[in-house]
Amino acid sequence: MPVVGVEISQSSDDKDADMTSKLIKDQQNPSGNGHSHPEPGQNPNHRPPHADAPPALPAPIPDLCIQHTKLFINNEWHESVSGRKIPVRNPATGELLCEVEEADAEDIDKAVKSARAAFELGSPWRSMDASDRGRLLNKLADLVERDHLLLATLEALDSGKVFLVAFFVDLVATIKTLRYYAGWADKIHGKTIPIDGDYFTYTRHEPIGVCGQIIPWNFPVMMFSWKIAPALCSGNTVVIKPAEQTPLTALHMAALIKEAGFPPGVVNVVPGYGPTAGSAISHHMDIDKVAFSGSTAVGKLIQRAAGDTNLKRVTLELGGKNPIIVFADCDLEQAVEQAHSGLFFNQGQCCVAGSRLFVEEPIYETFVRRSVEKARSKVLGDPLTPGVDQGPQIDRKQFDKILELVESGQREGATLECGGAPWGQQGLFIQPTVFSNVTDDMRIAKEEIFGPVQQIMCFSSVEEVVTRANATHYGLAAGLFTSDIDKAFIVSAALQAGVVWVNCYNAMSVMCPFGGFKMSGNGRELGEYALQEYTEIKAITIKISKKNS
Amino acid sequence: MHRAMFLRNIRPVYRLAKCPYSAASIPKPNPQPVVQFNKLFINNQWQDAQSGKTFPTINPSTGEVICHVAEADKTDVDRAVRAARAAFRLGSPWRRMDASDRGLLLTRLADAIERDAGYLAELETLDNGKPYAISYCVDIPNVVKCFRYYAGWADKWEGKTIPIDGDYFCYTRHEPIGVCGQIIPWNFPLLMQAWKLAPALATGNTIVMKVAEQTPLTALYVANLIKEVGFPEGVVNILPGMGPSAGAAIASHMDVDKLAFTGSTEVGHLIQQASGSSNLKKVTLELGGKSPNIILSDANMEEAVEQAHFALFFNQGQCCCAGSRTYVQADIYDEFVERSVERTKNRVTGDPFDLKTEHGPQIDDEQFKKILNYIDIGKKEGAKMLCGGKAASDKGYFIQPTVFGDVQDEMTIAREEIFGPVMQIMKFKTLEEVLERANDTKYGLAAAVFTKDIDKAHYLSSGLRAGTVWINCYDVFGAQAPFGGFKASGNGRELGEYGLDNYTEVKTVTIKVPQKNS
Repeated sequence: MPVVGVEISQSSDDKDADMTSKLIKDQQNPSGNGHSHPEPGQNPNHRPPHADAPPALPAPIPDLCIQHTKLFINNEWHESVSGRKIPVRNPATGELLCEVEEADAEDIDKAVKSARAAFELGSPWRSMDASDRGRLLNKLADLVERDHLLLATLEALDSGKVFLVAFFVDLVATIKTLRYYAGWADKIHGKTIPIDGDYFTYTRHEPIGVCGQIIPWNFPVMMFSWKIAPALCSGNTVVIKPAEQTPLTALHMAALIKEAGFPPGVVNVVPGYGPTAGSAISHHMDIDKVAFSGSTAVGKLIQRAAGDTNLKRVTLELGGKNPIIVFADCDLEQAVEQAHSGLFFNQGQCCVAGSRLFVEEPIYETFVRRSVEKARSKVLGDPLTPGVDQGPQIDRKQFDKILELVESGQREGATLECGGAPWGQQGLFIQPTVFSNVTDDMRIAKEEIFGPVQQIMCFSSVEEVVTRANATHYGLAAGLFTSDIDKAFIVSAALQAGVVWVNCYNAMSVMCPFGGFKMSGNGRELGEYALQEYTEIKAITIKISKKNS
Repeated sequence: MHRAMFLRNIRPVYRLAKCPYSAASIPKPNPQPVVQFNKLFINNQWQDAQSGKTFPTINPSTGEVICHVAEADKTDVDRAVRAARAAFRLGSPWRRMDASDRGLLLTRLADAIERDAGYLAELETLDNGKPYAISYCVDIPNVVKCFRYYAGWADKWEGKTIPIDGDYFCYTRHEPIGVCGQIIPWNFPLLMQAWKLAPALATGNTIVMKVAEQTPLTALYVANLIKEVGFPEGVVNILPGMGPSAGAAIASHMDVDKLAFTGSTEVGHLIQQASGSSNLKKVTLELGGKSPNIILSDANMEEAVEQAHFALFFNQGQCCCAGSRTYVQADIYDEFVERSVERTKNRVTGDPFDLKTEHGPQIDDEQFKKILNYIDIGKKEGAKMLCGGKAASDKGYFIQPTVFGDVQDEMTIAREEIFGPVMQIMKFKTLEEVLERANDTKYGLAAAVFTKDIDKAHYLSSGLRAGTVWINCYDVFGAQAPFGGFKASGNGRELGEYGLDNYTEVKTVTIKVPQKNS
């Protein structure tokens, strides 16, 4: 189902076992190699960047008290009109964490009214300097930094992701996203245009208006920042629905948004279910734009809802069945490691998961063997426990779906190399699973599994593998591993995907656009490109008396 | 010798509700702030001049010495350039740093300046003489905004991929130029420092900056903040010194890749020559002006009088973009002159630490005498002096705000940059006439038009030969909008996205590929 992202810059000389331990190592060794350079933002005492003592690894907050469980509308906390609540569970244990107010159509109406009022001409938000919108986003980033530990703990509890990953990947990416778009706020330039005739023409890049945003459960707080940051820096107002599985960090962010000083109504956070609250947003006649991250099936519903109602602008970040192509001339160890983390990162719950691994024939056997070793070495357990690098799946529905697909793989003749069954006595854990001898017509090679299940196929020529890699209705991401510069350019140009990684995978960052070809989506998030999705261009032409160049 | 620029009227600074700079919250200044730093800042260390020389920096309100400051000379410039070069070598912490972390360092610098805003404003007023209320409400907030603005650019300065013909893949990298020499003036010491440092650092350059000998103190305090927030050694080096020695050494240095200068047109010529005689370093210049301010008869009179007054007298007239040729349409000329004189007589001149003061002293004795001499020439050449014209105090460098009417275009005071509180008001009849007269100058920095008529506004704004044109406003600056001169007012643009071009080398990388596809 949903989408993903990992905010990591990979260094080519890095051979660590997996992404998490790599990040942790960097933290322990801040003056080490690769991407570990001064982090002034992490340094409240203005310490010089190359401090000698390695900081201790963070530990989750024990017995965390959940503070925010209501709907956030107009900078106030509201109960749902219906009185209904959503039970929020810890997927590692199945325990109830709390209950959260459940938004439905009437609550969405309230939120939209407040967002619309905040967008009125002359409102504090509309008349604010662009640089001050940037200041507010920077302030929000500061507050997220302050509550870094709390948010990481909350995220790990609510989504089941490994705490240290939440801390070093999700939260760091969230902070960087907010700061990056803070900087754009006063740099979204219109143009003056030399049109024919005695006219003066210029463009204004105006906010679209009230933006509905619907986000998934796999990277809850990071997706929240990907959505609100570009929308707010360009001056929109927002009604955002977090996933019913993972509303908690979004609600804490709501509190920080108020604390940072955003005017009432600019951001409204309404947890709820897709068929009720999500549908109300996508059908709403007074929402100007909807941005959705989630499954391709729901993406179609969103697009149709816009067509049935007010033709609201739609951007979609949807599913993927992403090919990773490994040529025999690559650095094998690096490729095995990257292909492994490219699939198993976040329990396989990534829209960019490299779930079709094409390995060139001469190295196929070795590659499979080493991938299996890697998968077997994964440590499952409570995501709050140090040393664990795989947590539970998000919920029972996903858990059942993944196991059903694993079963289909065995039935259709793929070789189950390891895993293939649940793990542990409680919670929704699935053993890291590797299939070899997978063929393109099998369900596990065509459908998005969204779990810790790796498919390894064999290929023998460039033309063949490009054709096979592109033979899907998805087109989100792709990876390729080769030391041959010609192959790298030929294949990266030929792949039908919005993101292509060469000799790396999941190397995402906020500066770089992200989105899908074909049925993986529409539009791009992140980078300067994302600003286009949140602006209306107005061309203003003024008759003048005598034009001169 | 040096010149400068200026700023946005004060009001917009108060806009953000959370902004600490509201009129009511100006803290009571300490008129005798302690000077903490008076040495050369090289490689993140405080150093004496190799020669052991120092020079006095003077309080222009009293003429008294504030303190002595180490005086950089050629050998010190050499040391600073070596430090900047080392910081720029491939593989250095500065070159390896993520662009977003360069941005974060600039944000932290802005935070530190904001934290110390009161002290910096006191020091600026002590050393420069500008009213404390202006230092605190205009200079410092704009310094902070400039650093924040370019902090945001650091990771957004994008190259392109380019569809060239043939089986090639082509892209550009925007690389820093290298070691940048920067020479800044005394009229907005902190702000000019920010305009220079922020874009150069956002794009990854290293810097050897010479600050004006009249006003070295705030720049040195900021040097300390640069070290505090964690810029690596050698990235920023700051040298107080004299133009003919330290300035010349930077301008003719064989290992300085780029030079940015703000100051007089006269010195701008020398800088350009020095580049030609040495290593053809890239040169950007922000120089003098004699900026026309055109008031049409349909303008809002009260607003136009106030803005024209502000345009000239702001910062004691020490602005390179000062509106020093005020052209007023004939049918409103008399009333405009009368009201301008009245406004000028009400200008509150005195102790810059008094929060009621609008007008402080000129920067130094040399400028003081030069301005009084221009006033004499104006009288001799037949302009009508309507108020002011004399020294305003028996100590310090105060000059009474002065207005001349009936000024003719060929008079010296209508042609040369006075850089003081002396307003020239001329009369015109038609738009064509005023456009021709406004453009009849070697300068082309700024211009303004006051009118309610949209056609006239467009006609004049497109016809004026100036890098900045304000309509129904004056001195409206933002870090987001480019600033710089046509003609002999300079070369290149500071601020805005355009400001990044001045600190970037574009590298085109072309890779042969076996087969291209769109």
